[in-house]
Amino acid sequence: MASAALDGARIIRWRRRSVLPGFGLSLGYTIAYLSLVVLIPLAGLGIRSATLGWDAFWAIAFDPRVVSALQLSFGAALIAAIVNTVFGVLVAWVLVRYRFPGRRWLDAAVDLPFALPTAVAGIALATLYAPNGPFGALLMSWFGVKVGFTSIGVTLALIFVGLPFVVRTVQPVLEEIDRETEEVSATLGAGRLRTATRVILPAMFPAILTGFALSFARGVGEYGSVIFIASNLPYKSEIAPLLIVIKLEEHNYAGATAIATIMLVISFAMLFVINMLQAWSRKWFGHE
Amino acid sequence: MQVRAENISKRYANMAALDDVSLTVGSGELVALLGPSGSGKTTLLRTIAGLEHPDAGAVYFNDRDASESRIQDRGVGFVFQHYALFKHMRVMDNIAFGLRARKTNKPSESEIKRRVMELLDLVQLSGLDHRFPSQLSGGQRQRVALARALAIEPSVLLLDEPFGALDARVRKDLRRWLREIHERTGHTTLFVTHDQEEALELADRVVVMNKGKIEQSATPDEIYDTPATPFVFSFIGESSVIPVQVGNGRATLDERMLDLEVGNLPDGPAQLYLRPEDVAMVTDGGPGIPGLVVSTRRIGGMRRVTIECGLARHRIEFDASAEVTIANSQRLQVRVIGGRVYGAGSEGYATEKLAASATSDFKWAKAEGWLDR
Amino acid sequence: MNSAKPRKMRQAIGEGRWTRLTLITIALVFLGLMLIAPLLVVFVEAFSRGVGVYIDALAMPDTMAALRLTLLVAAIAVPVNLVFGVAAAWAIAKFEFKGKAFLLTLIDLPFAVSPVVSGLIFVLLFGANSVLGPWLDGAGIKVLFAVPGIVLATIFITFPFIARELIPLMQQQGSSEEEAAVSLGAGGWRTFFQVTLPNVKWGLLYGVLLCNARAMGEFGAVTVVSGNIRGVTTTLPLHIEILYNDNKAAAAFAVASLLALLALVTLAVKTLLEARFANSLAAQRRH
Repeated sequence: MASAALDGARIIRWRRRSVLPGFGLSLGYTIAYLSLVVLIPLAGLGIRSATLGWDAFWAIAFDPRVVSALQLSFGAALIAAIVNTVFGVLVAWVLVRYRFPGRRWLDAAVDLPFALPTAVAGIALATLYAPNGPFGALLMSWFGVKVGFTSIGVTLALIFVGLPFVVRTVQPVLEEIDRETEEVSATLGAGRLRTATRVILPAMFPAILTGFALSFARGVGEYGSVIFIASNLPYKSEIAPLLIVIKLEEHNYAGATAIATIMLVISFAMLFVINMLQAWSRKWFGHE
Repeated sequence: MQVRAENISKRYANMAALDDVSLTVGSGELVALLGPSGSGKTTLLRTIAGLEHPDAGAVYFNDRDASESRIQDRGVGFVFQHYALFKHMRVMDNIAFGLRARKTNKPSESEIKRRVMELLDLVQLSGLDHRFPSQLSGGQRQRVALARALAIEPSVLLLDEPFGALDARVRKDLRRWLREIHERTGHTTLFVTHDQEEALELADRVVVMNKGKIEQSATPDEIYDTPATPFVFSFIGESSVIPVQVGNGRATLDERMLDLEVGNLPDGPAQLYLRPEDVAMVTDGGPGIPGLVVSTRRIGGMRRVTIECGLARHRIEFDASAEVTIANSQRLQVRVIGGRVYGAGSEGYATEKLAASATSDFKWAKAEGWLDR
Repeated sequence: MNSAKPRKMRQAIGEGRWTRLTLITIALVFLGLMLIAPLLVVFVEAFSRGVGVYIDALAMPDTMAALRLTLLVAAIAVPVNLVFGVAAAWAIAKFEFKGKAFLLTLIDLPFAVSPVVSGLIFVLLFGANSVLGPWLDGAGIKVLFAVPGIVLATIFITFPFIARELIPLMQQQGSSEEEAAVSLGAGGWRTFFQVTLPNVKWGLLYGVLLCNARAMGEFGAVTVVSGNIRGVTTTLPLHIEILYNDNKAAAAFAVASLLALLALVTLAVKTLLEARFANSLAAQRRH
């Protein structure tokens, strides 16, 4: 009992006093488990990467095949995130503002990429958009565009996996925008388009940015849904995660580690930016 | 600009929000729409603004039917209770929004800037033009909202509970300040409030609404002195209500004569409405209504006394001098020196104001009997 | 309606009818092509060779083994992450302390890590040329290319799901009810089970469902750590890949239909919960 009281006195400096019990237990467990499952394994990757040495690291990083795979992963993820941003905002708008039959089920369907295993999505998309698939054949004959087994197919798969992010970040913000702001805009003489672009869109902007970044980050790392629809040819449609798998199969641990480190550093930078954006948007809009 | 709402009706689900309401606001007039929540006052305001479409009736600006014009073209300055400022815009961009949205007659950017500064000066916020709304206090935000509405040179200014979200002191300041702005700019102004004090203090004319209908539309003095209906009487100021029986031009309570002359009210049941100042304590031993003190509390320089009288223990409140000591359970006598009796009439209510002289004298048989309960 | 004079009904604010219809149509077509079509194609292809092939594909010993392994992995990963999620949410939502934002970022880490990289870190940790690998090998414990590795990688991947679902929900609920319970003399566990849990149970259920869907469906990380030994370290998603690459598309889709069904159930439960408990689920849109 006495030592518990002492602990309490020490803890008080960095946390606000609360009458609720279980702080030490729950936080201790959280940190221990987090360290064991996430932090220590991740640190292992960092250590491995550090032991490679700069020369070896740069040699792998600037290997043309690696550069091309990273370019494809980041480039396709970027395009997919842009597409998802445009359509995600549109879908969120339709779901929040309009009432039509089946709206609730459409809303549920948006979460499908969260719930559907990527391998299932991968073979389904590959079947649909392969040059002899139902959609792929149409696109081929109408526009002469080959989707399956190309970088377009990679982008398509990344659109699928990143689709819910923009919708789900924009939706609650859109729900919260009060009608009065739009009404005021109308009484001040602004037409609907002006209200949408000058009043509503700026209010959603931080959420849109966050959704974009999440969708992008997810696309960069995606593996399962892509490998079926891509031809996986080096320099053509080989994504970075696939290259890691290939290096591992060749027992080239150094190569795999270096590529993974590059991807991680970029992903963590993105995560950092996301969090900054969220803090910034809260401050900007005086939330909380 | 004169604003006229004619025979407006509006229903939500099963409830009539507005039931055949007509209202005229004269050019340059400052009118308050006063009523409890759910009385339809906000719906009426929003209908005039064009934010709601009535099921029936029309709104005229001067003699032009505004019902067919888009809300963007109506030129109404609307101020919301919760300001509805554009959070991502600086104060100056908020105010300039309406000017920049103009399709014709759009002023130059330098002219817009000049106008914004002028308005900021008018609402006493000079120097805050680069702030964001989140950096302003509630009162400041509402001033920005007003400046933004004034920027479009509205033909009519509509305010929906403009001070409702502010604390009591800021409210009082802003009230005085709005009156000043009105006197300076002369906009036709209609504002909604549930605060009777605010309405009486601020408005040229007060429109009292209840259950989707207008109960009375009159100057603050008339509203207070000659309330047209029992609702208006009880909604404005403090009141005590006693059910009485009218017969032969006199009102009785519990079959005892209250020697109240009620003029030509029809015979039958009626309600006697009393304000605290309509009742005086009998201190000279003269006749009066006996009562039992149930509570006293201090209000400003006076002492508000609540007594029970009559078999049904009707409560009457009146003000006594703070110097007089009055204890709970004390017996005392009061006389009615004013008030109003509302009886059933051909058009809703027949009402008689009681003259002080007619009610000063009670003939009270067995007055003590009331207290032997 | 009163005898209103005939007048076009207009909305004071809002888009015109045609704008509205156009936007709804675009949304429907986009979601139809991107989401619904792939889902439908799974079931269409699964039965393309007839019900017999479908049943045969499911009844294959390899499929049953993969199903058993997948269920086993989920049965370990989900409860473990459930306990963590509840503990983390309790600490983060009910207390104020320094470093909370940093802790939240750390919990989000697995979201930012590619599944393949998640697998890789366990290969590096337990692989043949790691520190732990040979030592564990000597003790007769095989982690990599065996069930423990798959479980570990899956736990890593699904680590944030339940915590992420619970934290915003519990933050939104505040702690006044718990404080009331404590002031009435309830202990910590009693407060949690009788006050906190009933308030968040639907959000918790959805978190568990999502976590479970991801645990059963994880592909990239499991590919890397499993070594794909047929019938031993093949989960359902890996089994799908093997069948698909063996040109047994109908069988692959038959197995895929099982996982698609799981996804559908997850989403249906969420939709029903949302319809009935709109308020308690509204807080958590993001995962």
